[in-house]
Amino acid sequence: MATQASRITGRLMLSPAVILLLLWMIVPLAMTIYFSLLRFNLLMPGTEAFAGFENYQYFFTDPSFWPALANTLTLLLGVLAITVVGGIGLAVLLDQPMWGQGIVRILVIAPFFVMPSVSALVWKNMLMNPVNGLFAALARGLGLTPVDFFADVPLASIIVIVAWQWLPFATLILLTAMQSLDQEQMEAAEMDGAGWFWRFLHLTLPHLTRAITVVVLIQTIFLLSVFAEILVTTNGGPGTASTTLTFLVYMQSMLQFDVGLGSAGGIVAVILANIVAVFLMRMIGKNLEG
Amino acid sequence: MGEIALSQVKKSFGGVSIIQGIDLTIADGEFVVFVGPSGCGKSTLLRLIAGLEDASSGTIAIDGRDATRLPPARRGLAMVFQSYALYPHMSVRKNIAFPLRMAGVPKAEQERKVEAAAKILNLVPYLDRRPGQLSGGQRQRVAIGRAIVREPAAFLFDEPLSNLDAALRVSMRQEISELHQTLKTTMIYVTHDQVEAMTMADKIVVLNAGRIEQVGSPIDLYRSPVNLFVAGFIGSPKMNFIEGAEAARHGAHTLGIRPEHIAVAEGGPWKGVVGISEHLGSDTFLKVEVAGVGTVNVRAGGEVALRYGDAVALAPQADKFHRFDATGKAL
Repeated sequence: MATQASRITGRLMLSPAVILLLLWMIVPLAMTIYFSLLRFNLLMPGTEAFAGFENYQYFFTDPSFWPALANTLTLLLGVLAITVVGGIGLAVLLDQPMWGQGIVRILVIAPFFVMPSVSALVWKNMLMNPVNGLFAALARGLGLTPVDFFADVPLASIIVIVAWQWLPFATLILLTAMQSLDQEQMEAAEMDGAGWFWRFLHLTLPHLTRAITVVVLIQTIFLLSVFAEILVTTNGGPGTASTTLTFLVYMQSMLQFDVGLGSAGGIVAVILANIVAVFLMRMIGKNLEG
Repeated sequence: MGEIALSQVKKSFGGVSIIQGIDLTIADGEFVVFVGPSGCGKSTLLRLIAGLEDASSGTIAIDGRDATRLPPARRGLAMVFQSYALYPHMSVRKNIAFPLRMAGVPKAEQERKVEAAAKILNLVPYLDRRPGQLSGGQRQRVAIGRAIVREPAAFLFDEPLSNLDAALRVSMRQEISELHQTLKTTMIYVTHDQVEAMTMADKIVVLNAGRIEQVGSPIDLYRSPVNLFVAGFIGSPKMNFIEGAEAARHGAHTLGIRPEHIAVAEGGPWKGVVGISEHLGSDTFLKVEVAGVGTVNVRAGGEVALRYGDAVALAPQADKFHRFDATGKAL
């Protein structure tokens, strides 16, 4: 923008949107911080009082806190690993010319359109149910004892469900990136004597780094707040085996009606998300430059 | 060694015939240029030789060995692509070393060969840069470097200079010619630019619509084109074609005469009026409207002071006429 006048006009024009967005973020955050400093239980209305950092102290010393933190990170890393590796694999396969390509691609994308609670219910009742589930039927057909997924491997089961939902997203982004790979480079490598694997390692994979970064960053934002899948399937149990930070916050504020403690947990979750984000940007953010 | 022999090579894509039966022998050490208008199949022919496309029928032999079904890597050929096709995330050094690395050449030898290639191509200061940090001409040289370290039986160039600006194209053209003199390796070069073909080739293969129109040295093609297509394609500016009474007078259906073989001369047999004239300093290209003959392009000396609308007499050199019959074949 060239002139003083146009700069000022530009700022004026932008300001309503910026102010609205700022309020949208600041007001809930400020209220959460405020609540986190109060002794505030919904069962005892009218007894709210300033409590300092008491809520934080209780949250950190809660026996569920460390398991919840570990579960959150396990869920995050597990889903990221499955979706990135699986997404690359699917993208490579879908990039091959084949009959019915359009239909197959739509089918692969489909899970992304299913609501989290619905897909969790489908997995819970139709696939992983130890009595009626498809996996149980398969196991019995092979003469094995069916696995009670949500009782024996609750967190792993949730990781599979969430990964199933996010795999299409990763595949879509990676497939798009794959299609922009220069075919002449591939042919040059072929003439240089590079077999399929070497071409994948030296050309395809480096070409995909930026797309992989995008997948990891975007998924991290959403995976830290996974909730419906846990609520529908395991309710955080057995014990704390599948309780994540998000779910812990829900339990404290909505099941124990302790809004103050829940708010403190929410703030801790926000800080944790920021720490993860800083780490991620440090590690892979440079892939997005240039 | 790098002798390449094609016999009855055909290629069609989904029923559309692109290459229609090519027979061609390329001797070891020869610089052969495939030239033709776009869509004539010259790039496809090169890709068939490289092994990037499978021939629909016919055989391709390299050094007497049937290579028709061999994968590209085992044909011992190196290719330089139009887009350079450098690996963007590898340094220049790694790009050039890549084929050696794939061939399992020991590290020390890789290093030595890369250095040697870089020296030939003046790339030494750029070895640790990425392709993205290089200019077009430098990228082109890296692509050539990647080809020469393999010491291939033959080099294949697919319109390597078409992404460069005019001045750079001339200097790269000379560099490639010099490289050919140094290495004495067979080179096959595809271009649509007949100037590149004329200046670089030992042997030109003129292609049109998937067929070979004529094979010969540049001067052969210039002197005695076998048909109208070659006559019109080789030479710049284009040969004049004259039909009708004037052609019949010389016993031909179509009469061809190159602009440089027509002189502006008092008392010449063709009387005409000057149209557009282009003064290039060294030459002047005149478009002359000659009564009974048609529009004739003439290459005159640089100092000719003819202007639009001036009357002029032209004298074509009688021994430089090319005569063609009704089917376009030279008589």
